[in-house]
Order: sequence, then C-alpha cells, then structure tokens
Amino acid sequence: MMSAPQSQSIDAGGWQRGGAMAVRRRLVERFVSLLCNVATVVVLFLLFSILWTLVTQGAGGLTLPTFVHSTASPGSGGGLANAIIGSCEQTGLAALIGTPLGMMAGIYLSEFGQDGRIVMLVRFVSDMLLSVPSILVGLFIYLIIVEPAGHFSGMAGTLALAVLFIPIVVRTTEDMLRLVPRAMREAAYALGAPGWRVILSVCLRSARGGIMTGILLALARISGETAPLLFTSLGNLNWSTNLNEPMASLPVTIYQYAGSAYDDWVQMAWTGALLITVAVLATNILARWWLTRNGSAQ
Amino acid sequence: MMESPSTITVRDGVAMDTNTRGWFGDLVFGMLARLAGWFILLVMAGIIIVLVSGGWRAFSAFGPGFITSTAWNPISDHFGAATSIFGTLVTTLIALVFAVPFAFGVAFWLVEMAPPALARFIETAVQLLAAVPSIIFGMWGFFIVVPFMAHYIEPVATHYLGHVPGMGLLFRGAPYGTGLLTGGLILAIMITPFICSVMTDVFVSIPAVLKESAFGLGATRWEVMRDVVLPWSRQAVMGGIMLGTGRALGETMAVTFVIGNSNRLGWSLFAPGNTIASLIALEFPESSAGSLKLSALLALGAILMIISFITLACSRIFLQRGVSN
Repeated sequence: MMSAPQSQSIDAGGWQRGGAMAVRRRLVERFVSLLCNVATVVVLFLLFSILWTLVTQGAGGLTLPTFVHSTASPGSGGGLANAIIGSCEQTGLAALIGTPLGMMAGIYLSEFGQDGRIVMLVRFVSDMLLSVPSILVGLFIYLIIVEPAGHFSGMAGTLALAVLFIPIVVRTTEDMLRLVPRAMREAAYALGAPGWRVILSVCLRSARGGIMTGILLALARISGETAPLLFTSLGNLNWSTNLNEPMASLPVTIYQYAGSAYDDWVQMAWTGALLITVAVLATNILARWWLTRNGSAQ
Repeated sequence: MMESPSTITVRDGVAMDTNTRGWFGDLVFGMLARLAGWFILLVMAGIIIVLVSGGWRAFSAFGPGFITSTAWNPISDHFGAATSIFGTLVTTLIALVFAVPFAFGVAFWLVEMAPPALARFIETAVQLLAAVPSIIFGMWGFFIVVPFMAHYIEPVATHYLGHVPGMGLLFRGAPYGTGLLTGGLILAIMITPFICSVMTDVFVSIPAVLKESAFGLGATRWEVMRDVVLPWSRQAVMGGIMLGTGRALGETMAVTFVIGNSNRLGWSLFAPGNTIASLIALEFPESSAGSLKLSALLALGAILMIISFITLACSRIFLQRGVSN
C-alpha cells in the first residue's frame, strides 16, 4: 500500500516526455488501469446485485408467521421455523463436535513436530479435507451412517457438517499457535509448567482471538452448506428437533422450495435465502472485526 | 505451579518438566492430540475407501469403458461417466477463463491503485462474496442470470459469433439460458474471490526493494507487475488458481440450478449439460440402495475425488514453492 510515493516517482520518470515509445507505454499503463478498475467495479456490482436481489425478493416474507410456523404445503401459509431451528441445531452440534477435535488436531500439528513425517501427512490430508467437494462428504456419511441405520437423520447431517468444520478449525488453530512467540513458551516452561499446561493455559490463551475468529468463519461456512445435507438429514416438512429423525434445514428447504412451481414456496425460498445470507455475512463481518481488534494485540 | 521445585531437563532446546503429575498430563494430552490428528487421516481414508468400494460394482461392470461411455440410462442399466466428466471440465475451464483475469484485475487494483482507506473496504467486500453460500449463487443464477443469458447474451452471441468458422460451433443452439456457459459463469463469480485473495496476499508479500528498484528505473505500474511481481510470484499465483479450480470442480448447488441437467455431449456451450456433482445431487435421491445406478454414482464420486485431489495437490505444491521463494 505504498502507492503514494511510488506514483510520485513514476510521475518524475522519463515516461511522460514525448516519443512514440513513451506514449505507447503510457497508453498501455492507462489501459491496464482502466481494465483493473472495470474488473473491480464488476465484482462489486455482482456482490451488490446478489444482495439487492435477496433484499427485494426476500424482505416481503420477513413476517412473524415465517418465524413461528413450520413449513407447510403450497397455498396453506406456513413458515420456516422448523428449518431455522434445524439449521441451528445441526450447525451448533457440528461445531460442538468439531471444535475440540479440530483444536486438538491443530495443536498436534503445531506442537508435536517431533512426530516427523506423520505430522506432515496429517497436515497434507487436513488441507485436502478442507477442499474436498462437500457433496462427497454427504455421500460418505450416507454410506457409513444412513444406509446401515436404514433412515435419514439429523445426526447424520450434523456429522457431515462436522467433517467440513474440523479442517477449518485445524488450519486456524495451527496458524494461530505458530504466531505465539517462542519466548512466551519458554517463560512458562521456566516456571515449571508441564507441556500440556503451557499449551492450554499460555499458547491457546494468547491465540484465542484468532482461533475464535476461525471458529466463527467455519460456523458461517457450514451453516450455508446444502450438498452434504441432501443425503444425510434429507429435510422434513414437520417440526422436529429429534436428531434420530430426518431434520429440516434452511439451505435444503431453500433448494426444495426454489425449484418448485408454487409462487408462495419460491417467495419463502427467497426469504430463507435472505435470512441465511444475512446471518452468514454478519458472522463473517463480526469475525473479521474481532480479528482486527484482538489479532493485533498478539 | 510453584509448589514443589521439580526437576527440569533441557532437550532440543526446550525445557521439559519431569515431575510426575506433569509427565502423566503430558502423556494423556499427547495421546489426545495424536488421536485427533489420526482421526483426520481416518476420515480421509474412510471417504476414499467408501467411494471406491461403493463404485467398484460399476467399475467392474463397465470396465474402462465407464469413463468413455456417454450413456446414462437407468432403465437399461447402462451408465457412463463421459458426459458428466466433460461437463465438469468444461464448466471449470469457462470459470477459469473468466475468473483469472477478473481476479488478477481486482488484486492488481487492490495492491497498486486503491486508496488505502477504500482498499480495506473493497477487500472485505470481495471476501464477503466468497462467503455467500453456494445455494444463494444457484438461486440468484437461476432467477436473474438465466433469463438475462436467454434474452440478451446468447442470442447476441449466436448472431455475431455463430457464423465464425470453427469457433461458431460453440455459440450455436437454442438460447435456453441454462447450460454449460451459464454454469461456468456462475462458477467464475464464485471462485474469483478465492483466486483474488491468494493473488493479493502474494503481491503484497513481494520484497518492497524489488518493486522499488523497478519503479526507480522508471517502469510503469503495469511493467513492474508484468516483469517483476508476476515472475517472482508465478508459482504462488498458479497455486491460487489451482485452489479455485478445486472449488469449481466440486461445486454442486450453484451448478445444479443453472446447468440444465441433461445428459448430452456436444459442442454448443448454450446446450444444457451436467457435471459430476450436479448429477450426483439430482440422481442420488432417486436411486435405490444396492442398485447399479447407485454404484455408478459412487464411481463418479470417486472420479471427482481423484480429479480434485490432483488439482489440490498441485495447488499445495505450487503454493509451498511460491512461499519458500
């Protein structure tokens, strides 16, 4: 971001004097700048187009019945209450399962380097898992849980989300623990603290701002996932908080409603889409704000 | 921690506490950490084993012809992977063709041209675009982009480009709006922020002295970018592009909405098609447990896994080399 002094030095350079070569260079520079500006404007325009569409199409459905009624057949009213609660339940439980596992694995990667090659393998595999197509995670959970059990369940959806959640937490925990200064660990060791106390009470404590940010971002990411839930929690038109039964979720409901031929269902899909996007983006902004406030303190 | 003076030994430059309680705690903690790490290996191994063994019936029933066959006929139980592999690769390619220049433009703008106050705001906005759930892209694409493509882009493209020899084949066909091109464009919008954020990180991390010496010679911003920054960061940029490619290959929901979902193989980019992920999402709920169709879908999943594995492994290698430079 040192553009101010640089542009001055360019202005003082020979390229502004006459000559065909200088004119050509100047034109190319102008042209590239123009293209970059256009690219930025287009990308921003697309983001605002998506948000604008969601607000104009979805805001009409933001009424009390949407939040208190369960999904119902077309034309008979109904809301999104069961989908919202299902999403919260599955996402929250996935985070509860994934956070300790992911953090322990992140600690393993950053603090147990003496294990050598296996640490590198775990890091590699965790990175792969981070970008595995989410629909394959859905297939995996279907085959190991839904098929043997014989029915779809909210628990299966939760586990699929947890599989997507863990590698994000692993990555953040490792990155954040690496930022903890060596001197801090040594000071703790010098006080006679055993290794596990050093990691838990000193390293994790000082890295907690960054790790919380990672967990929030991971939460935002999985709360919008549809593909892994299609074959696991399936969706449910009735109110259900039972993890042993098929469970509705906001993304799957949006998918089912948006593809339908009924106007009121499509309207409800837009409302759901608005809700989930606002939740995801707000979480993102909150997490980033938190990181800039607490992250610099490290 | 100060109650009893415990023995401290120093190994590998790190002080180790040898009192009994610490020793036991370390043992348990170390086991837990290792178990968590190994659990990740187990999950990945599980995904691979389950997909490959589930798809084995299809692989053995159709042999290598499974990959080259364009059939998808649940009634006669004939399945092939060619159309969906083709659709996956073509949409990803279209996505890259559009996403890479845009991502580069935005990254270049953010690093070199943006006023600092604006840069942070715009960067956050680009990151937010990456955070929008894929189903939202699908819905927005289906209700906004598809009609736009059908009414404006596709008829115009057919009119002007449809008669160009060779290339014209790509732009012919009925303007449904849905199809490979629309799928690719939606994917492009989705992966642009990913590629852009990697590019921005790399461009910022170049040693200032390299850039300043080029500026000192009177080079323009574009010349510095082309002759100094890009050669220096080439590998990391490739890594970022591969990362975006991996995303595009496996994207399901956004594509399912706009691809048209038809098992066809042809030159036209306007024709409806399908991708591996969209085919699985649509057909899986309709296939009964133990059927050959289910096995064929799992085999497709295994193929998708392999393709995205290779891409991601490349991405990692490039990014690591780029960083160690």
